[in-house]
Amino acid sequence: MAIFPPAQRIWWKEPIERSEILWITIALVWSLILFFMMPYWHLVGEQNLSNEAYRIKPDVFAERTEAMADKYTVREEGDTGTPVVHPPAGGDIYMLARLWEWWPVLELEKDQTYRLHLSSVDWVHGFSLLPENINIQVHPEYEMVITVTPNRAGEYSVVCNEFCGIGHHTMVGKIYVVDK
Amino acid sequence: MSNNADFRICPDTGFKIHLPADKLIKWNAVTAVVFLLVGGIFGLGVALTRWPAVHLLPADWFYLALTAHGFDVLLVWMIFFEMAILYFAGAVLLGSRLAAPKVAWVGYWMMLGGALITNIAVLRGDSSVMFTSYVPMQAAPDFYLGIIIFAVGALLGCFVFFGTLVIAKQEKTYEGSVPLVTFGAITAAIIAVFTIATGAIILIPTLLWSVGYVGHIDSVMYKVVWWAMGHSSQQINVAAHIAVWYALAAILFGAKPLSEKVSRMAFLLYILFLQLASAHHLLVEPGLSSEFKIFNTSYAIYLAVLASMIHGLTVPGSVEAAQRKKGFTNGLFEWLRKAPWGNPSFSGFALSLVMFGFLGGISGVMMGTEQLNIITHNTMYVPGHFHGTVVVGSTLAFMALAYWLVPVLWQRELVFPGLAKWQPYLFGIGMGLASVFMMGAGTLGVPRRHWDMSFADATMPYDFPGAAHLMMGLNGIAALIGGIGGTIFILNMVGTILWGKPKSKAAAEPEKPAAPAQPTVVSGYGSAGTMAVPGTFTLAMVFLVAFVLYYFVNWKYLAGVWGLS
Repeated sequence: MAIFPPAQRIWWKEPIERSEILWITIALVWSLILFFMMPYWHLVGEQNLSNEAYRIKPDVFAERTEAMADKYTVREEGDTGTPVVHPPAGGDIYMLARLWEWWPVLELEKDQTYRLHLSSVDWVHGFSLLPENINIQVHPEYEMVITVTPNRAGEYSVVCNEFCGIGHHTMVGKIYVVDK
Repeated sequence: MSNNADFRICPDTGFKIHLPADKLIKWNAVTAVVFLLVGGIFGLGVALTRWPAVHLLPADWFYLALTAHGFDVLLVWMIFFEMAILYFAGAVLLGSRLAAPKVAWVGYWMMLGGALITNIAVLRGDSSVMFTSYVPMQAAPDFYLGIIIFAVGALLGCFVFFGTLVIAKQEKTYEGSVPLVTFGAITAAIIAVFTIATGAIILIPTLLWSVGYVGHIDSVMYKVVWWAMGHSSQQINVAAHIAVWYALAAILFGAKPLSEKVSRMAFLLYILFLQLASAHHLLVEPGLSSEFKIFNTSYAIYLAVLASMIHGLTVPGSVEAAQRKKGFTNGLFEWLRKAPWGNPSFSGFALSLVMFGFLGGISGVMMGTEQLNIITHNTMYVPGHFHGTVVVGSTLAFMALAYWLVPVLWQRELVFPGLAKWQPYLFGIGMGLASVFMMGAGTLGVPRRHWDMSFADATMPYDFPGAAHLMMGLNGIAALIGGIGGTIFILNMVGTILWGKPKSKAAAEPEKPAAPAQPTVVSGYGSAGTMAVPGTFTLAMVFLVAFVLYYFVNWKYLAGVWGLS
């Protein structure tokens, strides 16, 4: 019994039951499949996070984001005071996280590819694009660059899903995807 | 040193129990249950707040309760109970005296003191930083200090356990190799030492930072090291509850491991690979390479998952072999149908085994896949997963053990045996459903650690589909059912200890195993001869099919979202 020392002192020479061997083999094969799915998806899949990231000072990131907004703002989002920015397709776009907003609102074109720069100027935040359910962690002093290709037109929200203090649940931003 | 006066013979089991170990096991177990109560109450507050129609607590209280809930049940309840398991698997199972009981007491009081310090810091309201306390968000210094003191106390407990192993070996209190359950406990203790060391590496600088001696802590580095502690501490639970499964199979059925070699190898794989997996929490983080993420998140090449799948066969397999030996040989499942489903130790054990695999295990591998993490990270899917591991896996297994251990150690009858019969079903199914509903909400994108999914105070609110609100409501109801189950458990334990009828010697149940005076050479292994386990193998294949289907369904979901590269 498992609560007493093994009955056979030389337990490591005991034969292994057949169904155990079979199960271990099956489980090992499955483990290998689980493992190789990840590199495989890097080769053929279209949803991989890039490894491109830079160290950046929060004020530098804020400047770049504001520069983009100054250049490409097309309107204001309702009466929130947040600009809606429509940057040219194929270019660099910025979204900045801070307590407690995602800034600015972006307007993208369907099936176009953008280089999305994400960073925070204060605490750790969570970029959660809904209803797509794409989730990316956003850190201060790290700038992550992800190439995104929106594949459906519509109105998307960016919810913060990393706890960032008492106003966390009010931190919601927006991305519009429009047909060209 | 010690003489026989320091020992008592357990009338139920025949175990020779060192009295200082007896006392330490009792105090650690009772303290654990008290923190389960406290943490459970906070948890109920969290679940009822996230039920949109109830929305019980105000925002600041919600974040406070969530921090306390995580700390009290994920850490304090678990580790206190695991200390009891370590002392049991060391001193009692080996029939040895406990090494340095005084050190064990110092450890106990440090753990209790540390737990109280952190709880006070949280309740004060200035340390609602969640259990994970990601920098640069800052808690009060005593929040970190309490955790550090708690961890050092736990480390002392591990050393006492290791010392006991040495003493037992030297004083030849057992022959041959240690029992499998003790081997599992050793696994848990080794992982615990690694966990606590990593915890010190990250929490001590964080403490110094919170009082101003360290200027800056990198937020990604913090997460990498913090999770080397955070995830490993959950692996202590896994190793410990699997040891408990083996113990319960032996206690309830006299089951022998199908093969000592296979089960021990599986534990060894845990020691070698289970502490990786810091990257489970870092898969969508900037600044870490895909190579690191893939290697680390997969425990090398899923070798720890392999080990869990092995235990998933060998634990029920040993029960099947024992039952078949007793004559329950009809069909594939007579052994299972004729199992003692009314005994809470068995029903808790069985539910824990099944739900840990199906709910906690499968979901863990799925969301621990580098790319699949994109569609689950930080959503309600995450708490859904770990309520499937820590709650219906570890906690339920510990409860099942407690139903046997508490009456035996205290020599008292259970006060509410009728309620106890239902308790594992209420708690297990309630929390199992909560886990499922949380995962369901997570696939719809509902964020975890979030006070208001209706975004009433946001300037540009997002409108979740009705199904998401429904899932969170159902989660609240399921958590209430689980809470009733948890309450019955605590009442039963506390009631039994305080007012339980002393056991009469004759009442000792015959199904309890008697410890042989000398380790007898019995006929070998559970599978000796033709004792195959077709029923268990069938169940294992059902599990595998569910695993494969669910895994690839999620790849299909992923393939539909925006292109990312």
